[in-house]
Amino acid sequence: MTDNDKPELPGSGREHLSPIPEQQDPGSLQHRQAAAMAGEEFSVEKAIDLTQKSYSQGELIRRRFFRHKGAMLSLGFLLFITLMAISSIGYGFIPGWWPKDYAAAATVVDGGRPSLGLFPPTWGDQPFGQENTGKDYFALTMRGTQRSLTIAFTVGIGTTILGTVIGAIAGYFRGWTEAILMRVTDLFIVIPLLVLAAVLGQIAGGGIWPLAIMLSLVSWTGLARLVRGEVLSLREREFVTAAEAIGTSPWRIIFKHILPNTMGTIIVSATLTIAAVILLESALSFLGFGVQPPDTSLGLLISTYQNSFTVRPWLFWWPGLIILGIALSVNFLGDGLRDAFDPRQSRSAD
Amino acid sequence: MTATTTDNTSGAVLDFNDVDVRFSTEFGSVHAVKGVSLHVNPGEVVALVGESGSGKSVTSMTAMRLLPSNARIGGEITVNGHGIRTVSEGAMRRLRGNDIAMVFQEPMTALNPVLTIGTQMTEALELHGIASGRAAVERAIELLDMVGIPEPARRIKQYPHELSGGQRQRVVIAIAISCDPKVIIADEPTTALDVTVQADILDLLRSLKDKLNTGILLITHNMGVVADMADRVCVMFKGELVETGSADEVLLNPQHDYTKMLLSSVPRLGAGRDQMGINIADVEVDDSAELAIDLENLVIEYHRMGKPPFRAVDDVSFQVRQGEIVGLVGESGSGKSTIGRCALGLIPAAGGSFRLLGEDITGMKRGQLKAIRRRIGVIFQDPAASLNPRLPIGECISEPMVVHKVGDRKAQEQKVYELLDAVELPREVYNRYPHEVSGGQRQRISIARALTLDPELLVADEPTSALDVSVQAKVLNIFSDLQARYKFACLFISHDLAVIDLLAHRVVVLQNGRVVEAGPREQVLMDPQEEYTRRLLAAAPVPNPQEQRVRREERHALLLQLGDEISEIKAAGETFHAASASSDDLR
Repeated sequence: MTDNDKPELPGSGREHLSPIPEQQDPGSLQHRQAAAMAGEEFSVEKAIDLTQKSYSQGELIRRRFFRHKGAMLSLGFLLFITLMAISSIGYGFIPGWWPKDYAAAATVVDGGRPSLGLFPPTWGDQPFGQENTGKDYFALTMRGTQRSLTIAFTVGIGTTILGTVIGAIAGYFRGWTEAILMRVTDLFIVIPLLVLAAVLGQIAGGGIWPLAIMLSLVSWTGLARLVRGEVLSLREREFVTAAEAIGTSPWRIIFKHILPNTMGTIIVSATLTIAAVILLESALSFLGFGVQPPDTSLGLLISTYQNSFTVRPWLFWWPGLIILGIALSVNFLGDGLRDAFDPRQSRSAD
Repeated sequence: MTATTTDNTSGAVLDFNDVDVRFSTEFGSVHAVKGVSLHVNPGEVVALVGESGSGKSVTSMTAMRLLPSNARIGGEITVNGHGIRTVSEGAMRRLRGNDIAMVFQEPMTALNPVLTIGTQMTEALELHGIASGRAAVERAIELLDMVGIPEPARRIKQYPHELSGGQRQRVVIAIAISCDPKVIIADEPTTALDVTVQADILDLLRSLKDKLNTGILLITHNMGVVADMADRVCVMFKGELVETGSADEVLLNPQHDYTKMLLSSVPRLGAGRDQMGINIADVEVDDSAELAIDLENLVIEYHRMGKPPFRAVDDVSFQVRQGEIVGLVGESGSGKSTIGRCALGLIPAAGGSFRLLGEDITGMKRGQLKAIRRRIGVIFQDPAASLNPRLPIGECISEPMVVHKVGDRKAQEQKVYELLDAVELPREVYNRYPHEVSGGQRQRISIARALTLDPELLVADEPTSALDVSVQAKVLNIFSDLQARYKFACLFISHDLAVIDLLAHRVVVLQNGRVVEAGPREQVLMDPQEEYTRRLLAAAPVPNPQEQRVRREERHALLLQLGDEISEIKAAGETFHAASASSDDLR
């Protein structure tokens, strides 16, 4: 910054404090300087703290996210589960290190009891035990986790994109666009989700990808309404008007100016959706409309072995605990992401 | 520091003695008020002046005992002889209303929107046992009549939204005086009001003090209001009382540096150019200069569901030439912001023609508008709302270049640094967010963004009315420097005549969507021809008590000459006090 065009302070620099402004030579140099000086000394504006390092937006979000203990713990857990599910029995071309196949029957050893022990830590042949026909329950659970996670994240991402775009378009453009989109949303909302999903699940025929797409098509409505509400209030804000006034295109306004401000809502809703979809998939599979045997999912495992709960409780506990763990950690993750994206709402004093 | 009789605290109705307030927050303790002592005598107006964050409202709230529970209060506060730090909650409730009452800044939020005026007025009367049932309603009607509300019997059945802003504030005052309090705390009572309404409300408050002998603690940031109303002035800065004295002493001969700075930051109506070091070159009115804005019989309508459209701007014609600043003045509802928004192509015109930079924008398509918008900059009123909170400051400023694909990343960054220098902000704010800087700094960022593409025309919609005076001075200074450097034409929309007087070359006065008067600044502001302009000018207070006294009398003379009433409380002191006395058997 150059100070060349600013006059030097004449004399002591106190002569500006003449009591009555009009009596001064108003346009004189020292007057200008004086106003600036007094302004610094008695400024009601807080000084910009330049001692702290300045971060770019991405850095800030990453930094805040990594500082969130709950989110980091959940991320670790989720990564661990995902890695375990993929690496143990393999997925597609990835080979697995676990020797047993989830579909192969075998002789039941020790009543199918889990061989996993904590004191002393032992892994054993069947860490999660065996089911009725001697299939290895660890392999089965891992297969189920794979399927459930695939469905949950596909649906989570799918509904988020669909809901956000529909909500944002309806909220920003208003008029007949909004009327049509919102009536369609209403239509989806009035049909009970489970019934709709069950019918679509039947049509999907048990394959997980068709099932995931079907579920995405029915569960976007809540987010669409939330996003539309937020957009409706944001589009009246002055910064949107300012963006419009400089000639920004509607799409840029939506994606650059409005949607980043709804990030909190979207992320929280997306994580809740993922958790809900895991439960919905479990419910569908439990009812027999979701994933079909011989393939399996966590919900299907619980449903298949619900009758053995009293004699072989582990057949219920392992998939149940994993569902619980995934749902919880996804929620925590969303919490951390929300705090990271929305600096105004962060609870910690950075 | 003064030897006047008013300095005697023995008869004070409101006395603060070494009041100290701390708020404990999750980030530690905030010391909001640091040992403030002041008092208000009966029939006296004490003005508590300061900018935002000075602790003036917090100080007054201690007297009502209405601070949130995380406040720790020290010192002594006495209301009409009762030490209110020690009285019970029940006794405090009796004190509120009977001895101390409050007039708030925003009359719309101070009144409950779902209750009628009558219900809200009789509530206070009945709670304090002054009147009940039919008698209370009659008293409420009387009170409304006293504060100058026409047809009080009909008004009493109405809801707050059916009244105008000034009338709502009158209702709030009527509620405040309904229990005949000894002292009224008026917290920025006229800040939300138009200047002519403000003058009326101040007249009304002044008559309260004269006729009912009520003490008034007037909290304000407006030096003109202080000069108009105050007997004594207390200046606060960051929780400390830096100066006290009579209005003449403080405003005409300030001792403390802060007071001097504050007073030198107030633009004075009638003082013309060259105040506060602002240098706007007087351009010769050059009729051959190109027109930046050319309005001809412009009509703008807002469509309403099931009703005929509302005509916000009706048959307005004026012109803005290149390099010229035109001040668009008017009170709320005059359509000045609507014209500004139409200039940005945000609202379509319903009739007439709107030529921007030589091209007619009425009926233009998006693509064509975009080309025009490249040449126009805009500054909005609220610096907190006009910057995207999720974009770093640097990106906010470079956004117009990105949208119009000007330069590469490197060039854009360079331009942003240049603009940050121009608005006197450190370059380091590039990666910071708008919430990390304060209001005036944000408004400077808005100015920088408006100038990113070197616009030929700038539309500034009340750019400084949300700022403190000292901050406003700084922003106006920067603005005038930039105008001198870039020579853009400017449509400067404001309700503040003093700011317009400072900046504008020509002035257009609007009322109810129509042009009342237009012409060069000297002509409109010094020698107004139209009645409305004269009223407007007469109502604007100046921060000099002696001059303001003269102006006030001139205004009253003008009002009488125009056949209007001067607003005052229509009641005699004695009968009022008798009628407001609570009968003991009702308690």
